Amino acid sequence: MTSHFWLMVLFAFFVSLVFAVLLKDNPREQMKTGAMMLGGFVVAAYVLGWLMFPFPL
Amino acid sequence: MATKSTAAERPRAAAEPGRLALVCGLAWLVPGAGHLFLGRRQKGIVFLLALPLMFLIGLWLQGRLFPLEIADPLVFLGAIANRGVGLPFFVAKMMDAGAGTVTAVSYEYGNTFLMTAGLLNFLVIIDAFDIAMGRK
Repeated sequence: MTSHFWLMVLFAFFVSLVFAVLLKDNPREQMKTGAMMLGGFVVAAYVLGWLMFPFPL
Repeated sequence: MATKSTAAERPRAAAEPGRLALVCGLAWLVPGAGHLFLGRRQKGIVFLLALPLMFLIGLWLQGRLFPLEIADPLVFLGAIANRGVGLPFFVAKMMDAGAGTVTAVSYEYGNTFLMTAGLLNFLVIIDAFDIAMGRK
């Protein structure tokens, strides 16, 4: 698997999962927090990626 | 007027140093074992599955398990993060896994997965410590 996007999504999934389970005790709250974190991580990475696009290495 | 109880007022279930050390040691050696030991089954199972799986994905992506080289501070910090995951690290070392392929396109992702699995386990250990102290 060499898709950077999907690897980033997979990484964000694991980090969100662990943080959500650490922060919340109720499974329903864990799902909600985890989904919000995952969405936030992916959107932030996507936006930052596009913002960095014009800059040379 | 009823007041909220503070952390200091709550009962401390396992504040004995020996038990605390056992919980932290277990939590480090097997991710999630500290929570399972303390009766937090759901959390323990999630950590037990997620963190070793994350570590395995890091190995599959051809990441590197860094050596403890104090001369190179960044490598040293990476090595500490790698060791945070406990038993899976030592099993991987015994199996000669984690040599790392620098030229692989997924090498940096592999390193990130390997180090983050260890760092997340440090947070899990701290959480288990807090539960054992009766703070959560």
